[in-house]
Amino acid sequence: MSAPPPRETVAEQQIDAAAPVAASRRRGHATLVIGVILTGLVVVTALVSLGWLPYPLSDISGGRLESPNPAHVLGTDRLGRDLLSQLMVGARIALTVGAGAALFAGILGTLVGLATALARPWVDDTLSATLDVVIAFPVLLLAMLVVAVQGASLGSAIFAIGLAMAAVIARLTRILARRVLQEQFVTAARTSGTRLPGIVLRHILPNIAPTLAVALALQFGVAVLAEASLSYLGLGAPPPNASWGRMLQEAQGTVLTAPVGALAPGIAIVVLVLGVNFLADGLREYTDPTRRRAR
Amino acid sequence: MSLVEVSGLSVHAGTTSLVRDVSLSLAAGERLGVIGESGSGKSVTSLAVLGLLPGGLSASGSIRLDGQEVVGVPDARLRPLRGPVAQIVFQEPLTALDPLMRVGRQIAEPLRRHLGLRGAALRTAVAAALAEVALPEERIGRAYPYELSGGQRQRVAIAIALAARPRLLIADEPTTALDVTVQDGVLSLLERLVTERGMALLFISHDLAVVSRMVERIVVMRDGVIVEEGPVMRVVREPQHPYTAALVASARALDAALDAAAPRDGGAA
Amino acid sequence: MLPYLLRRSAFLVISLVVAMIVIFVLLRLLPGDPANALLSIDATPEQIAAARAQVGSDQPLLQQFAAWSAQLLSGDLGVSYISTRPVGPEVGARLGVTLPLALLSFVIAVVLALVIGITAAVKADRWYGIVLSGFSQLGVAVPVFWVGVIVVWIFALQLGWLPSGGFPRDDWEDPGDALRSLALPVMTIAIVMSASISRYVRSATIDVLGSDYLRTARAGGAGLGESLLRHGVRNGSVPVIAVLGIELSTTLLGAVVVESVFTLPGLGSMLLTGIEQHDYPNIQGVLVISTLFVLIVGFAADIAQRIIDPRLRTSVSGNR
Repeated sequence: MSAPPPRETVAEQQIDAAAPVAASRRRGHATLVIGVILTGLVVVTALVSLGWLPYPLSDISGGRLESPNPAHVLGTDRLGRDLLSQLMVGARIALTVGAGAALFAGILGTLVGLATALARPWVDDTLSATLDVVIAFPVLLLAMLVVAVQGASLGSAIFAIGLAMAAVIARLTRILARRVLQEQFVTAARTSGTRLPGIVLRHILPNIAPTLAVALALQFGVAVLAEASLSYLGLGAPPPNASWGRMLQEAQGTVLTAPVGALAPGIAIVVLVLGVNFLADGLREYTDPTRRRAR
Repeated sequence: MSLVEVSGLSVHAGTTSLVRDVSLSLAAGERLGVIGESGSGKSVTSLAVLGLLPGGLSASGSIRLDGQEVVGVPDARLRPLRGPVAQIVFQEPLTALDPLMRVGRQIAEPLRRHLGLRGAALRTAVAAALAEVALPEERIGRAYPYELSGGQRQRVAIAIALAARPRLLIADEPTTALDVTVQDGVLSLLERLVTERGMALLFISHDLAVVSRMVERIVVMRDGVIVEEGPVMRVVREPQHPYTAALVASARALDAALDAAAPRDGGAA
Repeated sequence: MLPYLLRRSAFLVISLVVAMIVIFVLLRLLPGDPANALLSIDATPEQIAAARAQVGSDQPLLQQFAAWSAQLLSGDLGVSYISTRPVGPEVGARLGVTLPLALLSFVIAVVLALVIGITAAVKADRWYGIVLSGFSQLGVAVPVFWVGVIVVWIFALQLGWLPSGGFPRDDWEDPGDALRSLALPVMTIAIVMSASISRYVRSATIDVLGSDYLRTARAGGAGLGESLLRHGVRNGSVPVIAVLGIELSTTLLGAVVVESVFTLPGLGSMLLTGIEQHDYPNIQGVLVISTLFVLIVGFAADIAQRIIDPRLRTSVSGNR
C-alpha cells in the first residue's frame, strides 16, 4: 500500500496560512475589497506625488520636529522638512521596489523552477538542495550581501531583494510543475506528440499561474518590508530618496518628543503590506476555488 | 418506543436548506435504508441523529435517540449515547481513521471509554474485536491505516464502531469507496454482525441494489425531502413516486445488461 | 528509520559543502581584492603583494577554497583583517547574545502562537477569535524594527521599566542584567514571530477541526477537547513543525535589524560591520556558523516530523 503524498508542502502552506479572517465566500469578498482599498490608497498617493507634493522634498520648510499643524499636516522631521511630502515619496519607493522585486523574482524564479522540474534527477536534486539552503536565510540577509557587492541604490535594492525572493518562487514553481507533469493529461499530451516547449506553455504554465500569482502578491509585501529594513540599516536607496524605512531610522531618536515621525512611516508600511496580503487572499478565492475553503 | 424518532427535521447551512421536514422512525432491531443521490440530504440526516452536524449547519425539529432529545442539546449530554446506544461507520475509511495512530490503539479507545477495560483485558478485547471483523493476524493491530488495504481499513472502522456494543449502527455509504471485489465481503460482514447482535441498522446509500439486500424498509430522499417510503419489496416493485421509479428502472437496466452479458442463476432482490 | 537517518545525515553534509561553496563564491564577487582591507590607499606594490600573499588571494581560486576548507575542518575560523582578532572567539562572544535572544524569542513566540492560533480557529465565530486572527494578519504586515521602536517608546522611554538598548559589558556575569537588556528585544521579535507562526497554527487547527478522524473520535463519545488532544495535536503538529524549523533558523541572522534597534553586540551586527569593512574572515565566519545552525535546525525538524508521521519516512525532505 503506497503512502499518500503529504497533503501540502511548506511552500503551499505558506500561501494557505496567509488567509485572513475570511471564513466564507462573503467574507472573502470583503477581504478583497479591503485589500483593494488599502493598496489603492497607497498607489494613488504615489501617483499624486509624481505631480504634486505639499513641499519640495529637501526643502527646510518649517521648524524642527513640529507637531502636526495646518501648514504641515504630519509635522516636520528633525531638520525641518515636511513629513507628509516624505511619506508620499516613500510610497513611490515602496511600490517600485515591491513591484520590481516581485516581478524579477517571478520571472527568474519561474525559469529556474521550471528548469529544475524538467531537468535530470541529479541536477534537480542538487539545485533543490541549493535552493533549500538559500531559502533558509532571511531575505534581508541575502539582500544585504548583494547590496554589499553592488553598492546601495534603488536598482540594487530591487535586484537584491528580487534575487532572494526568486529562490522561494523557484521552489514553489518546481513543486507545482512537477505535480502537473505527473498528471495524466500531460502524459496524454506527450504521447500524442507534443514537444516540451508546448507542454510547458500550454499545460504547465496555465495550471501553475494562479498559485504563483498569489505567491507573488505575498512576496510583494515581503519585498516592501525588506526594503524598509534595508533602508533602516542604511543600505537602501541613498538620500534624497525618502524611503519609509529611512524616515523611521531618522525619527527613532526623537520618538519621545515627536512620535508622529516614528508612527507615520510604520503605519504606512502596515497599510501597504496588509492591503497586498488581503488582495492576495482575495485572489485565491477567484483563481483557485478547488482549494479547501469550506471552513 | 422507537430507538430513533425523527420528527420534522430541517437542517440549514446559512440560508440554504439541506434537509426539509424529514420524519422517520426506527425500532430496536429494525433495519431501515435511506436511499438518494448526492445532495439528497441523506448523510446530513444521519449525522444529525448523533448530533454530529459540522459547524456551519444548524438543525431544527426533533430527533429522539433512545428517548433523549438530540436537537439543540449540549454536546455533553449526547456523549454518553455515542458508542453504547448508536455508532456510525463512514464512507471513506482512509480519512476516517487517525493516520498517525496504530489501528489497535484506535479500537482500544472506545473499549477503554465505554467498557472500562485496561491492560491485558483491553488487549484481549482489541484482538477479539479484530477477529470478529475477520482481521485475526497479529500484525494488523500494530499497523497504521496507510499500511492496510481499503477493505481492511473499513473493517477496522467497523470494529471501532461496534466496540461499545451499540444498539443502533448507522452505515453511511460504507462500501461506496471500496473496490467492487471487496464490497461484497464488507457487506456480508455487516449483515452478519448486525444479525448476531440484534442491532438496528440505518443504512444509507445511493445504490438501490446494495440497500435492498441489507434492509426491510426504505426511505427515498431527494433534494432534502422524503419522496417515498415503505417496505423495500413494495417500493421496488411498485414505486409510487416518479423519482423512485426512475431509480428502480436504472437499477433494473444495469441488472439486465449484466444478465445478458453473463447470465447467472437466481435473480436480484 | 535508520536508513533515512543515514541518508539525511549525508544530505546534511552535502548541503554544508554546497553552502560553503556558495559563501566562498559570493564573497569573491565583492568588488576589489580581499587583501585591500589590510592596506591603506597609498600602499606600495610590495606592500600590496605582501598583503595578497598573506591573505592568499594571489593563489588560484580552487586552491584558496581548499585552504579555507582545510582551515575550517580543523576548527579555525581565521583572523579578522580589520581587528586582527581571531574570528572564532568573536563569533562565540556574539553567539552569547544572539543565541539566547533567538531561543527565548522562539519559545515565547511558539507559546503565544499556539494560544492565538488555536483560539482563532476554534472560536472563529466569536469576536475574540476574529480579533486574534486580525492580530496575526497585522503582525506579519508590520516591520519588526518599527515594533522595536514602539516597544522602546512605551516600556523604556515612557514607563522606564527596561533599558532602551545595549548589553552589559561583562556579558552574562550578572544574568539579571543581561536578561533585562534582552527583555525588550525578545518581546519585539516574539510579537512578530508569534503573529507569523499563529497563522500556520490556525490553519492546521482548522484542518484538524474539519477532519474525518476527529469526527470519528467524537462519534465514539469523546468530547472535542479530548479528541483534539488525542488525535489533533499529533496530526496538526507535522506541518507546523516544518514552519517552526524555518522560523527558528531565520531568527539567528534575521535578528540583525533588532540588534540594530537595541544596539546589541550580536551576530547580525558583526555581519553588518564585516560587510561594510570588507572583513572577509568575519563575514565568512558568521555565515558558516549560521549556515551550520540553519542546517542543523532543518535536520532536527525533518527528523521530528518523521518520528511523528511514519508516512514521511520515504522522502528525503518534506518538500519532495
